[in-house]
Amino acid sequence: MAAEQEGFRYIGRRRRPKEDRRFVAGSGRYVADIVLPGMLHVALVTSPHPAARVVAIDAAAALRLPGVRTVLTGDALAGAIEPMMSGLDIPKMRRYPLAHGVVRYVGEWVAAVVAESRALAEDAAELIAVEYADLPYVVDPEAALRPGAPPVHADHGSNLMFRRQFVWGPVERDFSTAPHKIVYRARWHRSATVPIETFGVLAQWNPAAQLLDVWASIQMPKYPDQLAHALRLPGNAVRVHFDVDVGGSYGVKRGLKHSILAGHLARQLSAPVRLIEDRLDNMRGGDAQGPDRIFDVEMAFDGDGIVHAMKMRALDDVGAYAGRAPLQLGKPIGAIVGPYRIKSVQYEPISVTTNKTPEEAVRGFGQSPTNYAIEIGMDIIAGKLGLDRIELRRRNLIRKDEFPYTIPSGSTYDSGDYHAVLAKVLDASGWDALVKRRDTARAQGRLAGIGISCCLEPSGGNSTFEPLFNSKNETTTWMESCQVKVDLTGAIVASMATSSSGQGHETLVATVVGEILERDPDTIRVVHADSLGALPSNSPVGSRMAIMLGGAAAGAAKKLKTQLVSIAAHNLGVAPEVCRYAEGSVSAGSPAKTLSWAQLVDIAHRKFHLLPPGQEPGLQAAHVWEVPGGGALPGPDGRVQMYPCYAFESHVVYAELDRVTGQVALRAYFVGHDCGVMINPDIVHGMTYGGIAHGIGAALYERFEYDGNGQLLSGSFMDYLIPSSHEVPDITIVDHCTPSPLTTFGQKGSGEAGYLGAPAAIASAVNDALAPLGLHIAAVPMTVGVLGDLLATKDRAK
Amino acid sequence: MSQHRIDLTVNGKTRSATVPARLTLVDFLRETLNLTGTHTGCEHGVCGACTVLLDGEPVRSCLLFAVQADGAQIATVEGLAPDTEGLSVLQDSFCELHALQCGFCTSGMLMAAHALLTRDPDPSEEKIREAIGGNLCRCTGYKQIVEAIALAARRLKGANEPAPERGGHGG
Repeated sequence: MAAEQEGFRYIGRRRRPKEDRRFVAGSGRYVADIVLPGMLHVALVTSPHPAARVVAIDAAAALRLPGVRTVLTGDALAGAIEPMMSGLDIPKMRRYPLAHGVVRYVGEWVAAVVAESRALAEDAAELIAVEYADLPYVVDPEAALRPGAPPVHADHGSNLMFRRQFVWGPVERDFSTAPHKIVYRARWHRSATVPIETFGVLAQWNPAAQLLDVWASIQMPKYPDQLAHALRLPGNAVRVHFDVDVGGSYGVKRGLKHSILAGHLARQLSAPVRLIEDRLDNMRGGDAQGPDRIFDVEMAFDGDGIVHAMKMRALDDVGAYAGRAPLQLGKPIGAIVGPYRIKSVQYEPISVTTNKTPEEAVRGFGQSPTNYAIEIGMDIIAGKLGLDRIELRRRNLIRKDEFPYTIPSGSTYDSGDYHAVLAKVLDASGWDALVKRRDTARAQGRLAGIGISCCLEPSGGNSTFEPLFNSKNETTTWMESCQVKVDLTGAIVASMATSSSGQGHETLVATVVGEILERDPDTIRVVHADSLGALPSNSPVGSRMAIMLGGAAAGAAKKLKTQLVSIAAHNLGVAPEVCRYAEGSVSAGSPAKTLSWAQLVDIAHRKFHLLPPGQEPGLQAAHVWEVPGGGALPGPDGRVQMYPCYAFESHVVYAELDRVTGQVALRAYFVGHDCGVMINPDIVHGMTYGGIAHGIGAALYERFEYDGNGQLLSGSFMDYLIPSSHEVPDITIVDHCTPSPLTTFGQKGSGEAGYLGAPAAIASAVNDALAPLGLHIAAVPMTVGVLGDLLATKDRAK
Repeated sequence: MSQHRIDLTVNGKTRSATVPARLTLVDFLRETLNLTGTHTGCEHGVCGACTVLLDGEPVRSCLLFAVQADGAQIATVEGLAPDTEGLSVLQDSFCELHALQCGFCTSGMLMAAHALLTRDPDPSEEKIREAIGGNLCRCTGYKQIVEAIALAARRLKGANEPAPERGGHGG
């Protein structure tokens, strides 16, 4: 559907993404496709215990196998490297790639075997005998906080990793004066993004150059720096090749422990070492599971349904080690009231550690669970007051004329027209017909429901949740960079500073540079610089690249344009201000004199005598783009501006449940979406469809489930269920465009779109379907097992 | 480990090799023949990333041993295009409608869709969804894939239908 994106030459037009051709040809270059001479392979020995002391490791039989090169244990590795960093101030929680003395979850790596093939390495891994002494363990996050619970990290002393209570505004007063109050608990069980490509890394040490080359399927901020730090190397001794195609990530591909291990082994053996997870490695020991939350929420509201205040306690189970994942409780502070005019908030994020696989960043960085928790409340309030769920939202949504709008936690929303987007999606869904369809189905005895959600996608952040959760960390910038040059032949090359995992960054950069320089994006080559050739980058996380890489590419292109105009002005004998730039040529005067692109390039590269005094030869520019609005440390009360831009989405979904099995079928799906100006609509739409599919998984199918003994019950695709083309319905997107006043072209982030509101909407639909039975469920995923049991309980009660 | 001689046809070329009994077909394609367009996602037969055609039928190459392909005709993504510079109509339709993001499941999707269009030139949306039902994609939500396969079917019917009208050039 056409958005209001007038005035652009290339931006907002449907154009083929540059990357697609190599992928359909089967010539993408993923990490597992890279083969180096003499390359060795790693297989891992993992813990079968949720907690145990490692008493002894006997690798003699493995080492006797021909082709096995070494077996590395945790004790040997720990002495040679620095521990991995945490986002929290918890120095006594030490984390290494291989367990050091103690294992803390099932699947934790205990030893690494290196052999001439992966098959051999796996054979050898089976011959390694590890003697363990069991330790007490804790699996349930609430039990982990009780006095006497076995500490996952004995040195840390308790299982509490982080707790802080924020109060913004007169919460207690608002609660005491509001006539109505609801209290509820919402459970977001552990799922993740689970890309189809597992994580992989290949490292090669060059002793003569003292340089570690790394190829990895990585999506991680500060990855080269952290890798160098852990390996006790200067940053310029690690060269990460960002031209590796990454087979999906959506947050989780942080693979630092894999990379430290492979890097260490590559140095130790002076040979290229490759570690590619198999699927069980990935799901159990890959440290890539997502948020696992218990929300306790209270909302205070009046008889008109206006919500005045909210208290939210969010307990997050980060698993056995706390890396950056606990900060996922921090991001939602930037949108803690969602799209609503809630005036005061109390928020208590709590991170707890348990004997489970560590949590990692997942699409939305904690925002989708929070959105789900808020939306449950909106539906409950509507039910209590007998108000239409949409009308209730309309009354609470921030109005168009209120932007920029500052929420109680100190974050200012840049722009939006939430009512317009909601109206558009209701219209597209044929709301009245949808209601009739539901009611007809109900009259025929079926369980049918309509779900609705409204939520925000904060984007382009400055990472100030770091100081918010750890005052020793003063990070307030999260810049991105781009370099652009025009070569002697007149061809344009843009260089970006990170790898991509499907977001279409080459298309983004080419479109933006083409827009500024008025040159065909299809003729612009975009390369991924390696980490030594790149300027600072923070990788494609937090829905930031349209804003940040787009801003950096535009900044560099504008500098180039200034150089071109300056050369022309000097040679035409006029001031730069009177020059007219058009499609690469520069003209001035009347009748116009023009210098063409080719002439300007020729002067820049070959004719110093025609260059303006002081201008360097060649045509090249770099730009490091700061987060719009900059960054400041949080206030003492935790008020903070983490994200400059806020996209809005509103979902409408129609679902039917099988009355016996509880199986949910999504029959119709609509989403209204406003992410400002879209650079490439097909890419934005694709990510939105995919985000919804991912949200369907989180709402209905996907769960990393553990038994009471800490054993993972869903470590394969046979039991961790990813939605297929049968489960994901045809989805209709309705675009709306409220440009951001803060960005280069009015764009906002969109990489997390769909996922942020889908679980809430689907839960809303299921509960609408269950409502005639007097049933309600406030936990996701609502699997067929959970819903089937719920319906069976109801049947028995009859 | 016992070694076995196999002779098979891969993308129209005769290939012979001596392989260990436990070598999977996908590892044979990727590591022995260096055809890395076929990907491994789960190695237990669910995700479909490793889908290739064996005597025209889509199969999971992670669930077959190379020795089981002895005498078979294998087709992989590298064999879809008419020549090294060009794309098949199906591949081109995937580009036209951006039916991919990270590209990792794409080869398997293309093979499953190619097999569908070979046996059913005019598939309904339901048939398309059925045909790719065993191929997991984490990026796209399948919509643009379904549309691209339908577009390829329309183009292949010989209607000489041009690409849909686009806002800009590049089609």
